[in-house]
Amino acid sequence: MEVTFRIRRQNPEDPAKKKPYWQEFTLQNVAETDRVLELMHRIKWEQDGTLAFRRSCSHGICGSDAMRINGRNALACKLLVRNVGSKIQLEPILGLPVLKDLIVDMEPFFDHYRSIMPYFVNNSPVPANGRERIQMPEDQVFMNDTGNCILCACCTTSCPSFWANGKYVGPAAIVQAHRFVFDTRDEATAERLDVLADPDGVWRCRTIYNCTPACPRGIEVTKAIGEVKLAVMRGTNKGVIKASDIKVNH
Amino acid sequence: MPTTHQFDAIIVGAGGAGLMAALYASKGGAKVAVVSKLYPTRSHTGAALGGIGAALGNLEEDKPIWHAYDTVKGGDYLADQNAALVLAENAVDAVIELEHMGLPFDRTPEGKISQRRFGGHTSNFGEKPVRRACHAADRTGHMILQTLYQQCIKNNVKFFDEFHVVDIIMNQGACAGAVAIELGTGDFHIFHAKATFFATGGWGRVWRVTSNAHTLTGDGAAAVFRRGIPMEDMEFYQFHPTGLYGLGVLLTEGIRGEGGILLNGKGERFMVKYAPNIKDLASRDVVSRSIYLEVRDGNGVNGKDYVHLDIRPSTVNKYLEAAGETRRVDEAYIARVLAETLDVCRTYAGVDPLTEPMPIQPTAHYAMGGIPTNIDAEVISDARDTVVRGLYAAGEVACVSCHGANRLGTNSLVDLIVFGRRGGMKVADYVKHADFVPLPANPEKETEAEFKRIRNSKGKTRPVELRKEMQRIMMDKCGVFREGKMLDECVTDMQNLRERYRKDLHVDDLGSKYNTDVLEAWELGCLLDLAEVTAVSAANRTESRGAHSREDFKERDDNNWLVHTFVTRDSTDVYTDGNPKLVIDTTKKVDMSLAEKDPAFMPKVRSY
Repeated sequence: MEVTFRIRRQNPEDPAKKKPYWQEFTLQNVAETDRVLELMHRIKWEQDGTLAFRRSCSHGICGSDAMRINGRNALACKLLVRNVGSKIQLEPILGLPVLKDLIVDMEPFFDHYRSIMPYFVNNSPVPANGRERIQMPEDQVFMNDTGNCILCACCTTSCPSFWANGKYVGPAAIVQAHRFVFDTRDEATAERLDVLADPDGVWRCRTIYNCTPACPRGIEVTKAIGEVKLAVMRGTNKGVIKASDIKVNH
Repeated sequence: MPTTHQFDAIIVGAGGAGLMAALYASKGGAKVAVVSKLYPTRSHTGAALGGIGAALGNLEEDKPIWHAYDTVKGGDYLADQNAALVLAENAVDAVIELEHMGLPFDRTPEGKISQRRFGGHTSNFGEKPVRRACHAADRTGHMILQTLYQQCIKNNVKFFDEFHVVDIIMNQGACAGAVAIELGTGDFHIFHAKATFFATGGWGRVWRVTSNAHTLTGDGAAAVFRRGIPMEDMEFYQFHPTGLYGLGVLLTEGIRGEGGILLNGKGERFMVKYAPNIKDLASRDVVSRSIYLEVRDGNGVNGKDYVHLDIRPSTVNKYLEAAGETRRVDEAYIARVLAETLDVCRTYAGVDPLTEPMPIQPTAHYAMGGIPTNIDAEVISDARDTVVRGLYAAGEVACVSCHGANRLGTNSLVDLIVFGRRGGMKVADYVKHADFVPLPANPEKETEAEFKRIRNSKGKTRPVELRKEMQRIMMDKCGVFREGKMLDECVTDMQNLRERYRKDLHVDDLGSKYNTDVLEAWELGCLLDLAEVTAVSAANRTESRGAHSREDFKERDDNNWLVHTFVTRDSTDVYTDGNPKLVIDTTKKVDMSLAEKDPAFMPKVRSY
């Protein structure tokens, strides 16, 4: 089959291409099972080497190739032609400065990530036998969903609250915080929840739900944000909160 | 003028080995920077699935010495036994440390780290499969990468993200740092360091069907090799048996660990023929060859070059029952522990593994060979273990050699953690007493000129043409089965491709910022160099061992070949000398220190 691409492009080095513009490409002999990323490679390798985009693993685990595909955020390597049809429109993800074609500046996104203390804290002595800390399987499962996050930015850059205010930490940072807030071994929950209680923290979320369908990992992002909101509200004076303490009705 | 930065140590590459080294070097007091062409969380460690092996003995009796035995046997006796022992012994502490860093491992009912079976891992010197692979669902590598990056943030490690290292700076016989390009600007940077640590991963993109990321182009290995450091055991490249048909995307060995069965086109469980004892869980080289042989005998599915991997609970339970085991699985369990696998199959093959078998074929996966190092990640420059001052390597880019001729499943993650950690500690120690080696004048001159050449080349051949040809030839002539005449041809083919690369290249992008066109061309040059070394090493080794299987020399030859291959480039003319002479040295004997104490470690016929 034939597939037509319409790609939003921009090149700061070329005076004629400084402003964003659309360019069309046509590809022949495309199969329904081809990945969008594969076809982008065909454009770059066979037609126009100047087309710039990030990619690495090509099977949805590295998170490099987040972009707007036919108006929705996705990883180009995780969508096949049969998912998107024969007319494919590509744009950079929104809310971050465009550096060249589909490449955006990821620094503001990672700054938000770093702001929520995205690391495990436990200053208690390790078990005397030198072995692992004990964690029950029923406690471990609370990290399963949010532990899946690959920091691709699909959720954050689909969020109208983030578009309106870039200071908002955004869904991805909250998902990352969730993974630690609900880790029964972690001891920095109170501090982390303080950060998230900031006016630019979790309350900027207006439950618009764009983030959940945008996640290429199937994480229930809005639900995770809701759980963090409840943790911020109810907290605990021990600084440790168990996910099982929280009941969320869906 | 390039910007010059000075650090005690720079770590090149931000996957598991690099981050572990960065963490330990900085904890040891060194001023460290990590320089990586990708954002750290994009590294391919994140794609590792099934588990990390460590003899914790949480579910049944296990010992590091058994792990070392499996590693040596799995490596077809080419592994240096001192390195295999270090790997197995340090694995226990290293995994516990990962847990202490917060890694969310799956748990046993008692709350300990859960473990599962994996190919080639046995108890009591090969007696029966053992549960040794510690796992976080089937995204263990993802969790390791995330956890280590998180800990580096906690420890304020400095990162230079999207800085592509293109050269090392050698002076006075030591390494004085590295040259990098900043992708966002195209500017050159000099990193002046007492210690330069390579953890840049592999080069699976040499082959057509591969599980490796587009970015695994061997640029770290090539940069070191071009400056006169040997490449060790490059003929040993692992084809993982279960790549998704057509795409090469990896389906974890954990599927078979959970009871998945390989079936040929006739629905036969063919591994009983090739590995009657542990069947589908034989080591990877054995299973990959078995699949090729089945296909060659006309037993592929629908006459094509693939077979089936079946994890449907009905199939798994049938074989568990037949084996007299009490364990049973159901759909909910499989969906939970193999979530990633199910997602990959459903997305890319349109196959739901809970109701249909998965189509699989072997896929180029892992380099056992690489930059030679000792067990403290110090790079060595010859077969006599001479240490290169200031230069370190760990992870897939390095060859310790703990994997020998074939790596066992889970041991790549073990390697990253164990040798990244040892190397990081060694670096911290080294920079305390070492001085900076002075920088030579204009260390970026040669690479800058080479980039200029690529950018301005006015030929007719697009990099993609050369890359596809290289990948096709390497797959056909230097893949799972090999033969002398084909290998010689392969060497010539690679030289011809490099000639065209030098004389007839064409790129479109003339800019500086994010010029991925030129960078991909650069990466192709690295791949071509490593492909040639691979073919040269393979042609030279006239025996079959582990992943290196010669049709004209079908037997393993322990009398002549219990030695490592070192290939060095005999030219200081780094970019313009089209086909520099490659010098082969096979005088380094395999370390047999365990066999000296225990005859169980003596080479014997490898059966599973």
